[in-house]
Amino acid sequence: MTNPVTTATAATKDESGGTLSFYGIWLIAAVALVVLPLIFSSGGSLTSFSLIGISIIFALSYNILLGQTGLLSFGHAVQYGLGGFLAVHMMNAVASYDWPIPLPVIPLIGGIGGLAFATLVGWVMTKRAGTVFAMISLGIGELVASSSLILRSVFGGESGITTDRTALPHIFGWTFGPQLQVYYLIAFWVMISAIAMYALTRTPLGRICNAVRDNPERVEFIGYDPHVVRYFAYMFAGFFAGIAGGLTAINFEIANSAYLGATQSGLVLFAAFIGGTAYFFGPILGAILVTYLQLGLTNVTSVWQLYFGIIFIGIVMFAPGGIAGILMKHRPLIRARTLGTVIPSYLVAALPTLALVLGIILSIETVARYTASEGEGNVINLVGIPFVATAPTTWAVAVVLVVGGFLIARVTWRRVAEAWDRAATVARDRGYLA
Amino acid sequence: MTAAIEVKAVDKSFGNVGIIRDLNLNVAQGERHAVIGPNGAGKSTTFNLISGHIKPTSGEIRLNGEVISGLRPFEINRRGLSRSFQVTNVFARMTVWENVRCAVLWATGHRYAFWKNVDHLPEVKQRTAQILDDIHLSHRRDVPAGLLTYAEQRELEIGITIASGASVIMLDEPTAGMSHAETDRAVALIRRLTEGRTLVIVEHDMSVVFGLADRISVLVYGNIIASGTPDEIRGNPKVKEAYLGEEVD
Repeated sequence: MTNPVTTATAATKDESGGTLSFYGIWLIAAVALVVLPLIFSSGGSLTSFSLIGISIIFALSYNILLGQTGLLSFGHAVQYGLGGFLAVHMMNAVASYDWPIPLPVIPLIGGIGGLAFATLVGWVMTKRAGTVFAMISLGIGELVASSSLILRSVFGGESGITTDRTALPHIFGWTFGPQLQVYYLIAFWVMISAIAMYALTRTPLGRICNAVRDNPERVEFIGYDPHVVRYFAYMFAGFFAGIAGGLTAINFEIANSAYLGATQSGLVLFAAFIGGTAYFFGPILGAILVTYLQLGLTNVTSVWQLYFGIIFIGIVMFAPGGIAGILMKHRPLIRARTLGTVIPSYLVAALPTLALVLGIILSIETVARYTASEGEGNVINLVGIPFVATAPTTWAVAVVLVVGGFLIARVTWRRVAEAWDRAATVARDRGYLA
Repeated sequence: MTAAIEVKAVDKSFGNVGIIRDLNLNVAQGERHAVIGPNGAGKSTTFNLISGHIKPTSGEIRLNGEVISGLRPFEINRRGLSRSFQVTNVFARMTVWENVRCAVLWATGHRYAFWKNVDHLPEVKQRTAQILDDIHLSHRRDVPAGLLTYAEQRELEIGITIASGASVIMLDEPTAGMSHAETDRAVALIRRLTEGRTLVIVEHDMSVVFGLADRISVLVYGNIIASGTPDEIRGNPKVKEAYLGEEVD
């Protein structure tokens, strides 16, 4: 390897192979976005896809801060919400002054809104990272959220500001009245934004963001000002959050103070973290899962936030790399062809773990129904079996599932760990794991 | 010719505690200069002062004739001074390749560029590959820096330090914690890579110091008590009394 020529050719070969599969992934994603509504064409799924698309952009923008630059923000919804408000005002202005600006351009206006605010507050905010940044972001978030209720003319108070997306100039005969057209508009921006944000990670600035995340002190000694790097990251994150906000405004034809608030900031942190911040695609998975759960769970249970909390705690404690982290952990095993030795132990562990999870769900639901006010109904439908919340038998089943499931699962998890160690050792020997 | 580094009457105190008192140091262009002294003498503080990590309470520091005291570390780095750290200080989650490449980016003029693909910059690529080759880590290029062995991390540390092509290199105990064989390798590496540049080195291993340095300064209690060629330092009674004792010859 001391010969630079061989090193160079090896690198080039590697890259061309990588490039092909790289473009392949983006192409598949684009095709999937186009085909998706043709397969699931109901109004409900179109709405879900639209919301998932928006939250993918939002979560990816958040990860420019958290995953790429190591900035933990508790107020990322500020840029998102302000982008949404600017988009709504712009749409109304376009409609009343007959400006020749079609709807597909509006998300860009949202992005400019997010970027403008990030540029304004970012320099002071990013002076320090860590706790200082986290606290300031929380403060700015609260500040903007509360002023949105005070400045009625701009934010429309409690009710927000409404708009009509069909009132803008139409292009190619698209009115953007039907949800399907809105979905394709969102899908288009998801694609553009995701590619742009990925490209950003491959630029000199993007690489230095990672360096700032890993070791801001050392960055100062290779010529960079970490403050400037963080400021750039903050502006880019604000821009893409604003695009997401603009799309939300188009989707709902309204912007209100809820867009700016702590709940929204919490959800995006949640999505990025569950998905996994260490990999670019992590927040995409997180956004899909969290939005899907949010939409799905609210129909099934009244205590859906509790489940969110449990999932979050579970991920933080047992899989701090998120879903992407879990997936990518298997990559060296797949390459070393030792994954097969681990899978049986997974299957063995799956059963008691499932019992444990069902037991926890049953306990939570029992307690929730038992203590909740009337009208909820006492029958819990779990995997097709009706359980009566007030019946002692239900309580007994729950206890058995939780305790028994946990005790057995613990043994099987140990087996998983052992199988993992063996597989990893083999992978290491074969040179696929450092 | 102006000195590469000129430290004039620098004081540094933390609260009431004076760590560095009236420090004067001259390092000529192209010289290999070692700073030695007992533990707690202020060697690392001296490094931190020169590299901008901490600011002097009073006094003046010049790099190639230009005043740099009071400047931030990155401003000093851009003027051509690069340093390593006693405790390994790399970008742990990034690969060896990326560690070195980050250190190349500013010097090659790419700065905060967000419109260029970092993988398509031939000069950056070539220089990074060259440095990886120099520090013998080409075969480990895709390994996250945090997973390297200790000796490899120390080599990477040197690689990051020299990557910008700075004219003044400061190494803070580059061989600390290394075995004899590893130390010999590291010294050969340092000698080769700092060819034609100015080198300031803090080191405890006297064989390294006397084998490598053109000039040596002895720091005791925040003050340089002697400065000279290895032979002069060996024969200096003040140095013998204060520090070296029987360690030399």
